Amino acid sequence: MAVVRLRAPLSELAGGRRELVLDGATVSEVLRALEREHPDVTGWILDERGRIREHINVFVNRERGREDTALAAEDRIHVLPSISGGDQ
Amino acid sequence: MTELLVGTKKGLFALQGESGASFEISARAFAGEPCEFAIRDPRSGRYLASVTSAFYGPKVFVTDDPAGEWQEAEGVALPEGGDAALKRIWTIVSGEEDGLLYAGGDPGVLFESRDGGLTWELNRPFWEQEGRADWQPGAGGMCLHSIATWPGDPSRLALGISAVGVWLSDDGGATWRHGNDGLVARYVPEESREDTLALCVHNMHRAPARPERLFMQFHGGVYRSDDTGETWTDIGTDTGLPSDFGFPLVVDPEDPDSAYVIPLTADMDRVTPDGRVRVYETRDAGVSWTARGDGLPAENAYLTILRQALDRAGSGPGMGIYFGATSGDVFGSDDAGATWFTAATRLPPVHSVRVV
Repeated sequence: MAVVRLRAPLSELAGGRRELVLDGATVSEVLRALEREHPDVTGWILDERGRIREHINVFVNRERGREDTALAAEDRIHVLPSISGGDQ
Repeated sequence: MTELLVGTKKGLFALQGESGASFEISARAFAGEPCEFAIRDPRSGRYLASVTSAFYGPKVFVTDDPAGEWQEAEGVALPEGGDAALKRIWTIVSGEEDGLLYAGGDPGVLFESRDGGLTWELNRPFWEQEGRADWQPGAGGMCLHSIATWPGDPSRLALGISAVGVWLSDDGGATWRHGNDGLVARYVPEESREDTLALCVHNMHRAPARPERLFMQFHGGVYRSDDTGETWTDIGTDTGLPSDFGFPLVVDPEDPDSAYVIPLTADMDRVTPDGRVRVYETRDAGVSWTARGDGLPAENAYLTILRQALDRAGSGPGMGIYFGATSGDVFGSDDAGATWFTAATRLPPVHSVRVV
């Protein structure tokens, strides 16, 4: 089980929860579990291809994570907007 | 009272005001996010907006009150597990059946809603169109930006895409065919023009009073079709336009010989020519164009008006026309372009303007 931390607006789409405990062996699996539990999040972090959106950063503990990053029990996942989308 | 929906680089602005004076901001939504396009469906009263967050991707939102809560529409996405992701929704258009709406987006995709915009489905025949792998995007992406419905007949549609030309359907979108005869892609080598699919339509509108007629602003060229979009005639050369490059276009629905464009200097210099802001009007189907600039900036004004940033309301001599620029200015006319006033200034760069 991993601990997923969200900021607004994602936390609002997850029923106001800023922290969730979700099951999954990889980042992608945990994010899919998040979508199943809170369907309003669908399409906001992962795109249709199953990729993390270009200007979203996912950190696993202190390191930048990718879709296939393996997770251990009690890993902490932070999902937050990157600074690279700021020009928009 | 006139209400405008102005999509900007930093959110949606609803403006309200009387002709001839500055408009008030009655609502702002999606603060900080690029709002590409917004309309109010006159049949339901529902507002629909396309928003392309740099972080969270393209969405369509709906509401009955632009100052209130917006709800994300469902189904605005490409098939899961494929190689492509939706990049942007460029336009939303009311269809010719109750509750029917269309949305066009990048990469060259058409969505349909049959419940007034709450849920959407990808038009699969167009998505699975043979040869799609060879389609080339324009500078703004592969944007399906123009959807021309046929008054009273939901089976007939015309699409304009940058840069994949015109597509026509006579069966409500079940099958599609090209309608590109006569379009000249001056930006490709002469020997390649006849066979090229890289046809960069910038805007296309049907004349409702004569629906077999369409007008088009091309990437270098202004055209008219009198045969439902099958073939196109050049109406931008030696007809009085300072340039045949530009983006937006509208027609007077009462007059099938009318069209309005806003020329920019050239594709390599996308500003109003000679520092003067002028809308050009034809009332003879493009035989001639006349500058309409009374009240618009006449000097030191190098504005860029994007493809969805021009709209009209009503028809005839009292037709309202409104447009916005990337400078953040919005201009209006309540006499079909004869005179103009400034409706707003210092907004974020304007992506789209629609009159409610």
